[in-house]
Amino acid sequence: MKIGVLALQGGFAEHSRALDTLGIPNFEIRKATDLNKGPDGLIIPGGESTVMGRLLHETGLFFPLKKMIDTGLPVFGTCAGMILLARQITHEPKPYFCSMDISVKRNAFGRQMGSFHTTGEFLEIGDIPMTFIRAPIIEMEGPDIQILASVDGNKVAARNKTMLVTAFHPELTANLQVLQYFLAKVV
Amino acid sequence: MNDRYELNKNLAQMLKGGVIMDVTTPDQAKIAEDAGACAVMALERIPADIRAAGGVSRMSDPGMIKRIQEAVTIPVMAKVRIGHIVEAQILQAIEIDFIDESEVLSPADDVFHIDKSTFDVPFVCGAKDLGEALRRIGEGASMIRTKGEPGTGDIIQAVRHMRLINQQIRNIRNMREDELFEAAKTLQVPYELVRLVFDLGKLPVVNFAAGGIATPADAALMMQLGAEGVFVGSGIFKSGNPAKRAQAIVKAVTNFDDPDLLAHVSEGLGDAMVGINEQEIRLLMAERGA
Repeated sequence: MKIGVLALQGGFAEHSRALDTLGIPNFEIRKATDLNKGPDGLIIPGGESTVMGRLLHETGLFFPLKKMIDTGLPVFGTCAGMILLARQITHEPKPYFCSMDISVKRNAFGRQMGSFHTTGEFLEIGDIPMTFIRAPIIEMEGPDIQILASVDGNKVAARNKTMLVTAFHPELTANLQVLQYFLAKVV
Repeated sequence: MNDRYELNKNLAQMLKGGVIMDVTTPDQAKIAEDAGACAVMALERIPADIRAAGGVSRMSDPGMIKRIQEAVTIPVMAKVRIGHIVEAQILQAIEIDFIDESEVLSPADDVFHIDKSTFDVPFVCGAKDLGEALRRIGEGASMIRTKGEPGTGDIIQAVRHMRLINQQIRNIRNMREDELFEAAKTLQVPYELVRLVFDLGKLPVVNFAAGGIATPADAALMMQLGAEGVFVGSGIFKSGNPAKRAQAIVKAVTNFDDPDLLAHVSEGLGDAMVGINEQEIRLLMAERGA
């Protein structure tokens, strides 16, 4: 098994390091030819979704990746990654991959002053550390979506058959359980 | 360290591989965001104009910063004068995402920098060498950038600062553990931070390049020299085609190791900012604060 980490901008190195810690082969995806390495799973990191959205198109990655995601490539998106996968973004006309039946709200906790760290319950895992950086939340979800975690009534993690998203950043903590969940139950 | 400092360093981590652009109006902020900026620096005048205008330059009008905050979804940064505690308090009050305690503005204090650990918002500070970088981190900076020489379009100083910081880090890496105490003394920084650099092999916070970046090649050069992202000030909105140049620099930072792509994005960008050579500069902003 090898995992591709989208490395256009943001916290991709943190994901690669977490995969290294688990001994999982991984590689960076920066351009379309990188997809030839045939990932068994994809991680879309945190960062700025507007930047990644633009670079996905300019690097020619957008359509090949969308096709792979929509035809079952297992994918794990954190924060900006969750925004990129969502079918709808509140107050914005255009979503990105539009692959997962969730509606998300950007910067739902406000600006950096609203960023916070907490411990919350993740379904089937239990209590884990959660770091929210200018984080989005899930406002609505379709029938095939399972909500995996909520914090103060806000939905912050979800999955369907092939996609896992978190509004928080497991890769910024030493706790690898969400990544292990992705590798065991989604990939 | 407390939660807040961790969260602030985390925000800097999310900016990595990105380009932070100076903007003076909500329209420019929108252009920057659309071009792929990972954050914008809101200021009344870009460094090249500050240089041309002379006089005392200060924190921007908070009203102007707020309009820029409303125009974009990406993080908004703004500058305060070195040592100006109250300008920083004002920016925190309007919930700025990042404060740049910057030598681009006229220093308010020629001895003391702001005790950044007393604030909730993150700070980025400039540095010419490892000692400066670690002193700023000791004061609570969540992110470091090279000082370079702002508003010149001349990359030489940013290169010098980035090379020096990384050379000094390599030197520490190669030391015997019992030599770290002397290194702390020479660098004029706390031993704990030298120890951290020894253990990590890098700065304990994200390090961007800034000051004089005018082309995609400049940006890629700084990335190859070890920058984790870049600030572009005057280089974009002082050039012939800001949107196109901004997009090209964003792509160059992501693919800094791909000469074919760099050649492609460097084509037909129109006039670069005119620039001033290092020897022609009357005011060395990088000498402010140390």
